[in-house]
Amino acid sequence: MTVDGTTLTQIPPLAGAGAEPIAGKARLLRLPRSPKVVAGLGVLALFGLGALIGGWIAPYSPNATDEAGWVQHVLVTGTGPGTNLAANYYPLPLPPSPAHWLGTTVFAQDVWSQLLASTQATLFVGLLAAAIATALSILVGVSAGYLGGAADEGLSLLANVFLAIPGLPLLIVLADYVPSAGSSILLVALIIAVTAWAYSARVLRAQTLSLRNRDFVEAARVTGEGPVRIILVEVLPNLIPIVAASFLFTTLYAIGAYVAIAFLGLAGSPSSSPPGLWNWGEMLRQGFANNAVRGGWWWWWAPPGICIALLGTGLALLNFGIDEFVNPRLRLAGITARTARKAGVRLRASLGATPVLRRARKTSERAGAG
Amino acid sequence: MRALLRRLSVYLVAAFVALTFSFLLPRVVPGNPVAGAVARASQSGACNAQCVRAVEEQLGFDVHTSLLSQYVQYWGHLAHGDLGHSWSENAPVLSLILSYVPWTLGLLGVATLMSFLAGTAIGVLLAWRRGSWVEWVMPAATFFQAIPYFFLALVLVLVFGQTGTMLRWFPSLYGYDVYSDTPGLNLPFLFSVIGHAMLPAATVVLASMGGFITAMRNQMVTTMDEDFVLVAAAKGLPTARVVWYAARNALLPVVSNFSIAISLVVAGQILVEIVFNYPGIGFHLYDALGKLDYTLVQGIFVVITLVVLAANLLADVVYVLIDPRVRQAA
Amino acid sequence: MSEPVLEVRGLSVDYGYGDDAVHAVVDCDLTLRRGQVLGLAGESGSGKTTTAMAAIRLLRSPGVITAGQVLFHPRLASAQSRARAVDVLEADEEELRSLRWSEISVVLQSALNALHPVISIRAQFDDLLEAHRPSLSPGQRLERAAELLEMVGMSGDRLGCYPHQLSGGMRQRVMIAMALALEPQVMILDEPTTALDVVTQREILEELMGLRDRLGFAALFITHDLSLLVELADEIAVMYAGRLVERAPAASLFRAPRLPYTYGLLHCFPPMHGDRSSMEGIPGSPPNLRELPSGCSFHPRCAWAMPICRQKTPRLRDLNGSGRAVACWLHSGEVAIPAELARADL
Repeated sequence: MTVDGTTLTQIPPLAGAGAEPIAGKARLLRLPRSPKVVAGLGVLALFGLGALIGGWIAPYSPNATDEAGWVQHVLVTGTGPGTNLAANYYPLPLPPSPAHWLGTTVFAQDVWSQLLASTQATLFVGLLAAAIATALSILVGVSAGYLGGAADEGLSLLANVFLAIPGLPLLIVLADYVPSAGSSILLVALIIAVTAWAYSARVLRAQTLSLRNRDFVEAARVTGEGPVRIILVEVLPNLIPIVAASFLFTTLYAIGAYVAIAFLGLAGSPSSSPPGLWNWGEMLRQGFANNAVRGGWWWWWAPPGICIALLGTGLALLNFGIDEFVNPRLRLAGITARTARKAGVRLRASLGATPVLRRARKTSERAGAG
Repeated sequence: MRALLRRLSVYLVAAFVALTFSFLLPRVVPGNPVAGAVARASQSGACNAQCVRAVEEQLGFDVHTSLLSQYVQYWGHLAHGDLGHSWSENAPVLSLILSYVPWTLGLLGVATLMSFLAGTAIGVLLAWRRGSWVEWVMPAATFFQAIPYFFLALVLVLVFGQTGTMLRWFPSLYGYDVYSDTPGLNLPFLFSVIGHAMLPAATVVLASMGGFITAMRNQMVTTMDEDFVLVAAAKGLPTARVVWYAARNALLPVVSNFSIAISLVVAGQILVEIVFNYPGIGFHLYDALGKLDYTLVQGIFVVITLVVLAANLLADVVYVLIDPRVRQAA
Repeated sequence: MSEPVLEVRGLSVDYGYGDDAVHAVVDCDLTLRRGQVLGLAGESGSGKTTTAMAAIRLLRSPGVITAGQVLFHPRLASAQSRARAVDVLEADEEELRSLRWSEISVVLQSALNALHPVISIRAQFDDLLEAHRPSLSPGQRLERAAELLEMVGMSGDRLGCYPHQLSGGMRQRVMIAMALALEPQVMILDEPTTALDVVTQREILEELMGLRDRLGFAALFITHDLSLLVELADEIAVMYAGRLVERAPAASLFRAPRLPYTYGLLHCFPPMHGDRSSMEGIPGSPPNLRELPSGCSFHPRCAWAMPICRQKTPRLRDLNGSGRAVACWLHSGEVAIPAELARADL
């Protein structure tokens, strides 16, 4: 729901090193150095940490309600003293305070504790679904690409069919019918994976197809190695960057999908029985359903949304980094605005007027002296 | 033509799979909807055998015949445009859906078109001009892409919506003013529809544009490395022409990937409609889910799938029109 | 000798900025004379394409021109109007646009990549003529395009085609026709026939030379195939590791190379005519521009390398009275020149 469907498509056949010889060694080192990758990894690490230690640092249980101590109560108009109805109070969520860093919900629950619990489940389901989907896409995509012929026709058709059927409606119908889907994390992940594998399978198929005709695979085949061994030893290792990119991409999609179905109330609510897990979508659903927007209780529904957007941005940045690693052209020839500015060049038109930058050159000395 | 026929066959298979799936799911999965409906009927008094029978008929389920004959019957109904009866609205599902579809298609069509045009143009610009503020558009686009549609919708409601707490510029509930306007061809109604569409449309545009920007920018960067763009510059063509030479080619993969974009935008639209109580197909899907009206849920699923498949086919036709190489192979 | 039409003086080109910069071309001088063919030869990565592309400011980022002048002398330039020469490196975008294609056109190695894949040939001619000959009506533009195709030996009804519908040779003919559309003074041919089979290569080259005789444009012909140049070029310049290392009239260079590198290059290709000497080639591989050997970049591969070659870079210097120049310590006059490099000019 939050994913750009085309980031993966321009990956060229794994063309070894690029055309110009100057990149060379620097390219390998560039992946971890790129600011996009660093930022992406940082965000992921933050959320990963939150998911891991969330259970310990959460000040309250996400389900704990303490209306007496925490929540401001408002008298319902038309009840209580002066009327002939018994006094009736409703709780009001409290804005962030030292006791409740992110305030409380209308149920007098601690938002920060809910957020921590939700991070864990959201990440877990997202990664699990992505892992299942990636495994599926490798199975289908690589087999289709390597086997060719009727197997390829059939598997490609399968992928294309799943790609053509809109994901969320399918997800909704599946989650709606599968009994108690919400209470089983594995089931939720599985359902999401079913709608998420097709795109990666198509990308992997195309890559395998181009690898299949390379000399080293040809050589392995001629020496009589079996298809399974060739796929595992010769083909798969060369697909790793693509698999990694598609895993990230699928994780992004899976988290978006999980949050979406949870928002629709299809992924199980912590208050239902059997209870589902706290997740960002569920927090948003509760906020939305209880008029948190209208009530101005932003601290309730904004944090989970911002978390989704941040995590999504982090994954997307990492994905860009891998994309640029696989397809060096996307790096805009390695010049950032900053280096250009430092060199005194205005990068306006990027084509058709090579900049002329005369300077006192040390070149001739260097070349002359050796 | 062959390429197009090939795609068409994929969509036909997809339609077949989706419809079959929609048939099988409620019948194969335990705890079928009939039981649910019977339980509901029992709440207002015991449901006897006759009542059960009536419930089954209304839902279009005939559990007492074989699955195969039910399947044949199902296709027969579909052929007549019979998607069953919605108990919650007490109306034929098809006519209900037909009344929802214009809202969704109108909003989705206009918003997606705007997002596609603007996103593509910005993507071209980003690839062409570098430095200064342009460098900040990509991270921003990435961030907007990562925001779920419904969360963005909530934020827009908070800031601009009349049910929000800040500016209260635009209506943020329903498709028109349900209290004062009569639907029909009258000006107040039309203005009301446009006003009510502002925030949902803005959400769809903002949330989907990042994808188009990124896709087009990446394609442009790749295309600009091609010799024909360099030659276009060498020819001394006006800059706009040179950009067009690159963009013309960069557009091809973007169009051929449109199916994925459609799928994502449709998903987003469903969620946006829910937030705004917009009377389209997505909101009614949510509504039907809440009311456990399975017939309506399934009917909506079938219709969305068919519409998306038709949109895919349309994108393929466009692709064939803009790529002479495919045309020739066809 | 005719007067110069394009003069490259002291051109230096870097890839990248600051400390990361790679010096792809260093201090290059070339003179292309009216109506002549100047061959630019060298192994891949030697900087020949970079030089040519930088000279017309078409080098892609991260290429940066760091020094030099590229003077274009407009048509009908007489002795007194020489001052009107345009320095391409000082030109703004508007000046560049008016210079491009009407005065200097380019033919690249692969026409499949150089022609727009999804715009018809006709529309590509049309865009070109519309931009530079606004006075022509659409009908006249079409007429002119058909005429141009016929000039390169193709039927005018091919105009409706898209590049993928044409063979490799045809596409290159289209590209040449396009390059001639505005009757430029200079044509830069960057390995125009490398992607073609030998027979088509011959045809196209003959076509080109015939057109040159008729239309009188000057050509900068870039290739790694020295033997090809010997037949086409009036003068040949050889590049190695970003430097111009030898320059001579074509026949002299072929008969009597002065530079060990040129000698090696000539013995890489079996000569089309003349005596069949053995093929020796050059040991080793072209140097990495990031880690150039000290002194003369060629010394690690040179059979005649001397201690000084390791220490000092030789400058290109004219050899007395022969109209040729060479950058090699062997020709400094201090050592005896090996017999292989001391043949008589003609």
